[in-house]
Amino acid sequence: MSFISLLKEYNWDDIKKYIYSRTYRDVEFALSNSRLTAQDFAILLSPAAEKYLEHMAKISKEITLRRFGKTIQIYAPLYLSNKCVNSCLYCGFNAKNKIPRKTISFATIEKEADLISNEGIRHILLVSGEAPKDVNMEYLKKTADICKKYFSSISIEIQPLSESEYSELYKNGIDGLTIYQETYNRETYKKVHLAGKKSDFDWRLETPDRGGKAGFRNIGVGALMGLEDFRTEEFFVGLHAQYLMKTYWKTHIKVSFPRIRNAEGGYKPDHIITDKNLVQSMLALRIFLNDVGLVISTREPKDFRDNILGLGVTQMSAGSKTNPGGYSEDNKEGEQFSMEDTRSVEEFVSMLRSKGYDPVFKDFDQNFFSGVA
Amino acid sequence: MFKNELVIAGRRFKSRLMLGTGKFPSSTVMADALAASGSEIVTVALRRVDVKNANDDILSHIDSSRYLLLPNTSGARDAEEAVRLARLARAAGCEPWVKLEVTPDPYYLLPDPIETFKAAQILVKDGFNVLPYINADPVLAKRLEEIGCVTVMPLGAPIGSNRGIKTAENIRIIIEQSNVPVVVDAGIGAPSHAALAIEMGADAVLVNTAIATANDPVEMAIAFKFAVESACHAVNAGMATMKLKADASSPLTGFLRD
Repeated sequence: MSFISLLKEYNWDDIKKYIYSRTYRDVEFALSNSRLTAQDFAILLSPAAEKYLEHMAKISKEITLRRFGKTIQIYAPLYLSNKCVNSCLYCGFNAKNKIPRKTISFATIEKEADLISNEGIRHILLVSGEAPKDVNMEYLKKTADICKKYFSSISIEIQPLSESEYSELYKNGIDGLTIYQETYNRETYKKVHLAGKKSDFDWRLETPDRGGKAGFRNIGVGALMGLEDFRTEEFFVGLHAQYLMKTYWKTHIKVSFPRIRNAEGGYKPDHIITDKNLVQSMLALRIFLNDVGLVISTREPKDFRDNILGLGVTQMSAGSKTNPGGYSEDNKEGEQFSMEDTRSVEEFVSMLRSKGYDPVFKDFDQNFFSGVA
Repeated sequence: MFKNELVIAGRRFKSRLMLGTGKFPSSTVMADALAASGSEIVTVALRRVDVKNANDDILSHIDSSRYLLLPNTSGARDAEEAVRLARLARAAGCEPWVKLEVTPDPYYLLPDPIETFKAAQILVKDGFNVLPYINADPVLAKRLEEIGCVTVMPLGAPIGSNRGIKTAENIRIIIEQSNVPVVVDAGIGAPSHAALAIEMGADAVLVNTAIATANDPVEMAIAFKFAVESACHAVNAGMATMKLKADASSPLTGFLRD
């Protein structure tokens, strides 16, 4: 069964109504189940469950410790291009925004890769807007070749590609894919993705499937928090993650919780997501899917990132820059969004160690790819 | 919105109890037990019946308008034998459903994972709805699902042993990961075992020896029917397995403000 057909079984408004009408008693029952159903997951996302947040945190902490230990996997993004053909209302790279645009050269990639890897980073996430003219297959393969010299794991967060293109990238040493649906509500999706290839909801929704079929080791999904009612939204995120875990069972699935940040274009989100809302989403997801990876990036402020250690998070970025060339050039022009946690990798890692957590820089090896070594 | 029904290869079933037809004292008792159990799926060993003969002693006692007759390949020692048996059944007019059993060892009748996988590949391509009997191996279950099997049927304990769900830890993983219905097959010796399997989240159970060899098979069929139904109700009702402990302090979430 495809996720599109699974999605049809759940009506957005019905789910929302269900979530908002739960009682304390429902939450207590859901929490006492050893095996959670999608229905229980919906209950844990309800307003009623807010009263049980501490209890959920304890359960989530226990599960996370058992499944992942006291470790946090560290990665950093490398922005390749801020050119973009799309006009997503919330994004700094919106084609209509007048920001300096560029796609970095292979020489700059090499320079950036060198700087990032000198900080200890071994897992790199290559990011770009939807810029198929610049960030094409040749460019990506060449970039992968450069990155292989510096990093043990390479992921991409770029425009959706076809299954055969993903297969080709996988063969060329790219092992991970991140693709956010932004929102699982079709109408809202239409409202914020006015033009460009990204306005095709289904094409984007099936992107993780194409990546899964191509054999990626990791696939990350998520919704952009703030576009929609987060409780209903995160229900669909969880459903999608569960579907992917079951269908592409050799792939590790992870979920991110990006909150809308200030960005060029001045988009103001309809829904304000509080720290409490984000934590509830994270805890509910961990209790629902014990083995899913949970990612918190430097979009989040320092204190928040320090406080949520142990509550379910398994991967965090550090020392990030979100503009192309941001590591090697000292300017912030052309950022995708503004960063909250501006600590260096070293500072972040020493915080982790001081709290008894082991920063994991490398847990994949390029030698898994045949023909690469 | 939150559906909970048994659908195998697009076909809906109300009963989550499937029955085997071996070891009954007579075909009449078997027919009565089937009726009493409320089952909708009945499996028959192809090696034991004459599928071409409508007056076959076992087949003539199974009303095919009431039950889905699920031929099984028990006795097959390798993929080739299993495939041949399945094709014979279809040629004789059976629906293209097969419970795939490849059990080279004649004593414990444990399923051969390699031959089962090979046979499943061939039969799925051949258009069969394949329900493979397997050891409780989660990776094998995913591999079989991936090639198009319509259920997986992990064993709780060796066939006929009546020992219950001894493979619980692996069955739990199979249930968690599976996109197709999980039917616990073999080892279920008592109604409480069947209930436990359903409570664990299995989609159905298959029972034979425990009913067929009971002192009163019809009475035992009723016992299994109620056990499975009762477990279904328990699952729908939402079972509380752990108690919530009250805690006034909030060391983990105290940093959150409204």
